[in-house]
Amino acid sequence: MTSEALLSARGLRVVIDGLHILHGVDLDVAPTGVTALLGRNGAGKTTTVKAVMGLVPRTGDIRFAGRDVGRLPTHAVVRQGIGYAPEDRGVFAGLTVAENLRLAERDADPAYPFVYELFPELRSRGRQLAGTLSGGQQQMLAIGRTLLNANRLIVADEPTKGLAPKIVAEVADVLARVAERVPVLLVEQNLALVRRVAGTCTVLADGRTAHQGDAAELLADEEAARRLLGVGGGHPVAASSIATAAPAVAAASAATATATATKEAP
Amino acid sequence: MATVVLLACTGLGLGALYFLIASGLSLIFGLMDVLNLAHGALLSVGAYATWWGAAQAGLNYWLALAFGTAFGTVAAVVLELVLIRPLYTRPRDQILATVGVGLAVPALLMGIWGGDARPFPQPESLAGTVHIAGAAVPVNRFVLIGAAALVLVALRLFLARTRYGLIVRAGVEDRAMVTALGVDVRKAFTLVFAIGGAAAALGGGLAALYFGSVNPGQGANLLIFAFVVVVMGGMGSVAGAAAAAVAVGLVQQFANYYTADGLGDLAVVALLAVLVLARPRELTGRLA
Amino acid sequence: MSTVTSSTPPTPAVPSPSPPSSATGAPARTARIALLRWWPLALFGVLAVLPYGTVRVPGLLDGPVGSPGSLQLLALCLVFGGLATSYDLLLGRTGLLSFGHALYFAAGLYFTDLAMLEWRLPLASAALVGIGGAAVLSVLLGAVSLRVTGIGFAMVTLAFAQAGAILVQRNPGGVTGGEEGRAAPSDLLPGSLIGIENTPNLYWIALAYLALTLAVVHWTSSSPTGRVWAGIRENERRVEVLGLRPYGFKLVALAVAGTLAGVGGVVYLLLTGGATPQAAGSDTTLSLLVMVVLGGSGTRWGPVLGGVLYTWAAHRLGDLANSSAIADLPGVLRVPLSQPLFLLGSLFVGVVYLLPGGLAKLSSRWRPIRGGLTA
Repeated sequence: MTSEALLSARGLRVVIDGLHILHGVDLDVAPTGVTALLGRNGAGKTTTVKAVMGLVPRTGDIRFAGRDVGRLPTHAVVRQGIGYAPEDRGVFAGLTVAENLRLAERDADPAYPFVYELFPELRSRGRQLAGTLSGGQQQMLAIGRTLLNANRLIVADEPTKGLAPKIVAEVADVLARVAERVPVLLVEQNLALVRRVAGTCTVLADGRTAHQGDAAELLADEEAARRLLGVGGGHPVAASSIATAAPAVAAASAATATATATKEAP
Repeated sequence: MATVVLLACTGLGLGALYFLIASGLSLIFGLMDVLNLAHGALLSVGAYATWWGAAQAGLNYWLALAFGTAFGTVAAVVLELVLIRPLYTRPRDQILATVGVGLAVPALLMGIWGGDARPFPQPESLAGTVHIAGAAVPVNRFVLIGAAALVLVALRLFLARTRYGLIVRAGVEDRAMVTALGVDVRKAFTLVFAIGGAAAALGGGLAALYFGSVNPGQGANLLIFAFVVVVMGGMGSVAGAAAAAVAVGLVQQFANYYTADGLGDLAVVALLAVLVLARPRELTGRLA
Repeated sequence: MSTVTSSTPPTPAVPSPSPPSSATGAPARTARIALLRWWPLALFGVLAVLPYGTVRVPGLLDGPVGSPGSLQLLALCLVFGGLATSYDLLLGRTGLLSFGHALYFAAGLYFTDLAMLEWRLPLASAALVGIGGAAVLSVLLGAVSLRVTGIGFAMVTLAFAQAGAILVQRNPGGVTGGEEGRAAPSDLLPGSLIGIENTPNLYWIALAYLALTLAVVHWTSSSPTGRVWAGIRENERRVEVLGLRPYGFKLVALAVAGTLAGVGGVVYLLLTGGATPQAAGSDTTLSLLVMVVLGGSGTRWGPVLGGVLYTWAAHRLGDLANSSAIADLPGVLRVPLSQPLFLLGSLFVGVVYLLPGGLAKLSSRWRPIRGGLTA
């Protein structure tokens, strides 16, 4: 898997204020589809993602698309082609929705048609202050920002955290569609969502990599899932809400496909 | 009535001066978390450069002011690039470095031009007074107010309409997230220092006109009142700084005149403590 | 003063147990350690007999060491060494960046002076008023300013100190004497402290003050409270997690440091014979900050070193500038060299930038080299 991984980290360590938070994380992100980063609370998932992005001081080897990015500052990492939607969404509350998007523009020709196709509300609410959006809308904005540029990887840290089940289903749809275009590294606690979208997964425990492999296999193995994640199967509530949303997904992904086609035509 | 008008105009002029210092201080702190204790030194540099242009090089006032402002801008950029940037990961040392500069620059000015105040040549066109409601108000008060208003409008346009303005506004909210969008904020740091230095140096050139003289300690004396304005107006808020500057300038003038001399200064300084204590969240947690 | 505190960073005067070199005899090493351990006492012994010294130190001091002029300057150096040590209790030991330490120094200075002038109290009682005033003030203002942390704390302390400076300068009721300040009444001072021939007595008082601050800072910071201070400096949250309230501990640090600064104010009053508003100015606090960082914040001897060096330089470099050696230099060199504060400010920036531990760290950097030479 290492040879073909889009992003691979080896022996990632993070020390903040004298506290060792990561002791040696190995992570491989598959070049297609969704790679899930799992683990119990406090296992070091968010820190791992931040270390990859250069948002916390880190040591270890990080390679992205064959390039060493382990010593690059955050903005340079991002410019390698990584879109990042952080845990707390990271939208600028005092800026309008349109300004939030404008700030994220890196390419000469940002993919506004695709983003607005996916999230029509971001267009209609363009002049609204992002701080007045609902949690779900803010998450759409955070994901929309990563899709403006021709990124080679999207990193989404707990995009469904704190959202109502119906919104969780919408986010799941979006992630599934995004993953058709560009590989995704997904930090997620919602295992039903993981089961639906993720191909491979990495499990962290106490700041170390505890398991790497196929996501569906892991979640099918009740004993392993309980041992590594502290849970049995998926959450029934979340699972059902995603199931009911499924028909909408099919319709929407057709629209996405058209949008993608028009975008890439010229 | 005449006294009130004169006090109001003088207070507004003083407020304009505070705004010119505080706006840059506020943006620098808001974006970079750097409490720039060398900001008063930048004002002094601007004041002396303007004085040098007008009194030594024989430029007319406006040219001298432009020269002083440009000189202060360059000084601020050098300060950021040479001293602040290498200490980016050591916030406390950044403050200490600005303390050192704040001590060294006035001393250098003193070494070159002496510790005593140097009279500033008043240009003919600005030497007169304007009569409003029976009060003879010196013209230079209106020059200060006008300059501050121009700077306010320019800063607002910069923040609202330009990409770097957008980066600054976003960076004041969450600097790390701006870098996580692929933006190199260090360029914005240098730019904000340049803007702050320009405004402070312009303030220095105007302060020379307002006080009629320049002395090495001028900047440091004004800095404390600028702190009050920054805290009162809210970190990183230019409009807030403008409103607070007007309030502080007026309160100080009226209190100094109608109560014991110096009580206005005391009241304003006490206000700083009260504000910080009343709204600790504005400042807390920015520096461990 | 014999053991290394747990709170000091690893730059002890006593070398940590070095890898046992079997060849050298154990007694020799013990003797060397004893020497290193007791050198402060030896130093204080030497300092105590300086008034009897007739040695000339050209360049460093004008007259012989024991001459009144030299002793006066040395005493000032010692007082600021002590003041810097008291300030470092906040900055280096507890991690508090205060911009208001000069206020307590000025409180000790002015309260003592005014108690003599206005209430006609004898020196001893007046000194108690001054020190007590500084202590009460530091507790009251500390209790308020500690409600905020970080930059907020720095700003509140700056505001309080500036308010004090304005008050002193504006001369309310003619009490403080405004810009001129007020001279201490010679009729209330003991005869042994007045007059040029009694300078050695003042010098010894300054030396005693330095010893007192060093002892108090050393004792408190190696006490259980001091260990909490060290914890607060490293990571305040972790102290909270342990169930301790940092607030109370920080207040104790402010009170101890403020009281010591008040004592320094009394000594300064005796030394200079009066109270002037410069003592209350923010420049005084900034100078203390420079001294501490220059010498080495959080170390035992660094603040003393910084305070002595700074005070000496501030007084002597100005004189040096008028000497022919510098007066003949071209303006580009002469002007900056004639301004002690410019040199000190630049040196300070250089130390912050290149030598984060201060001058005290230099000795630990040299140690391996020295060790290599003696081995």
